Amino acid sequence: MTWTADQPIVKIFDVHKSFGKTEVLKGVSMDVAAGEVVCIIGPSGSGKSTLLRCINALAVIDQGSVQVEGQEVHDPDLDQLALRRKVGMVFQQYNLFPHKTALQNVMMAPLHVLGEKRGDVEARARELMRKVRLAGKENHYPGELSGGQQQRVAIARSLAMRPDIMLFDEVTAALDPETVKEVLVTIRDLALEGMTCILVTHEMGFAREVADHVYFTDHGVIVEHGPPEILFSQPQDPRTKEFLSHVL
Amino acid sequence: METVWEWFRWLDKTHGIDLSVFYDTGDRHRFLMGFLTTILLSLTCLMSSLAIGFIGAWAQQSQWRWARLAVGAFIQFFRNTPPLVQLYFFYFAIGGMLPKFADASGMASPLFGSFFWAAVSLSLFGGAFNIEIFRAGIEAVPRATIEAAESLGFSKGQIFRLVAFPLALRFSLRALNNNMVNLVKTTSLAYAIGVPELLYVSAQIWSDQLNTREMMTLLLFSYVGLVGAMVWGMHRLERALRMPGYGQ
Repeated sequence: MTWTADQPIVKIFDVHKSFGKTEVLKGVSMDVAAGEVVCIIGPSGSGKSTLLRCINALAVIDQGSVQVEGQEVHDPDLDQLALRRKVGMVFQQYNLFPHKTALQNVMMAPLHVLGEKRGDVEARARELMRKVRLAGKENHYPGELSGGQQQRVAIARSLAMRPDIMLFDEVTAALDPETVKEVLVTIRDLALEGMTCILVTHEMGFAREVADHVYFTDHGVIVEHGPPEILFSQPQDPRTKEFLSHVL
Repeated sequence: METVWEWFRWLDKTHGIDLSVFYDTGDRHRFLMGFLTTILLSLTCLMSSLAIGFIGAWAQQSQWRWARLAVGAFIQFFRNTPPLVQLYFFYFAIGGMLPKFADASGMASPLFGSFFWAAVSLSLFGGAFNIEIFRAGIEAVPRATIEAAESLGFSKGQIFRLVAFPLALRFSLRALNNNMVNLVKTTSLAYAIGVPELLYVSAQIWSDQLNTREMMTLLLFSYVGLVGAMVWGMHRLERALRMPGYGQ
């Protein structure tokens, strides 16, 4: 079975996942089309981050299926590194490499994982630094940058691998309110360019603005999903109503 | 140079301060050879104890239970016994069991000399501490930083070489410096098994010249110089590996 671009780029079906005796995902299904921007919202502890981490195999599922571009992610024979080259991920705590400069952070993976030429990689890395509006900060170390700047370096670092899909795991949760915006603008630009983005977020305004589809999760299940204009204005399920009344 | 030596002879004659290692050619040669032996023994022990620390820390992370147990036993053994007792153990118990060979003059001489046993014993002693130091460094590398590298598609080997090890080394450096300084100072114990290092030759000289007070002072300052030079080098390394802004 070969995957074509008209099929869902990410296909999650009946995924179950437990940590010890706690079941965090209780049969979650979700389809994401290429170029789509999907936001996953919900109270903390509802399994949002775990779901995201199942997509690039940082978390291993117990049951069900996760397919990326038609390939089963949890197939033992799958080339896990190949999968991770296709799927970029940005974390809440940025997780940059503190012993490397911003530019080196962006260059490392293409150099060592893809084995590309240094000259090409450096040109692309500098271009990406401009794109995330950090031109001039190339030689700064992560510790010398603000949270918002570090997060944008992390986005550039992921983009340097030319992924097909970007995963954002609460990427603004650790930021000051004034720096949240600079990161969101960067993500919005990406979304407008047609990058497939899956975000776990608490930024409801942002979800409403850029998402094509919003999923509301609670206690390990998807309670309700739909286009943001419908989900936010006419939620059906009482749990969604309750949650939205707290955050909006 | 000759005038300097003559000044020391004058110092001895007029004030009774007998620094024979400066004006007496034979003593000077003995002292210099002792100093070189101390440096050579120190370098040998530093290098091999670092290698032991590195391999030990790696084996401690191993999947195999027996490897972890063996490393644990090794650390207990060498950390919980005095280094002088270890020296005697290697030189007399192990060295004594090995076959002897007839040398050029027909005398029975041991397979390995005292320098060899001092190097082995002190390397193992220093290495046991280095394993723990490296282990602490590895454990201080944030799990999230490793996950970021995983999500970028780095292989296990690349993660170790490019991320985990460089960070662990930086986290270990302070403690490592202390242990290295200690190890250099501990080489003076090799005196006890007759390695002609700094303390040994100094004792020979003061037995011949009866200038114990002067030699003790000179010996102390020689170590200050030697360890001082080493600490200076280590601090330069620390500065070179600095991560600007990290942890601030």
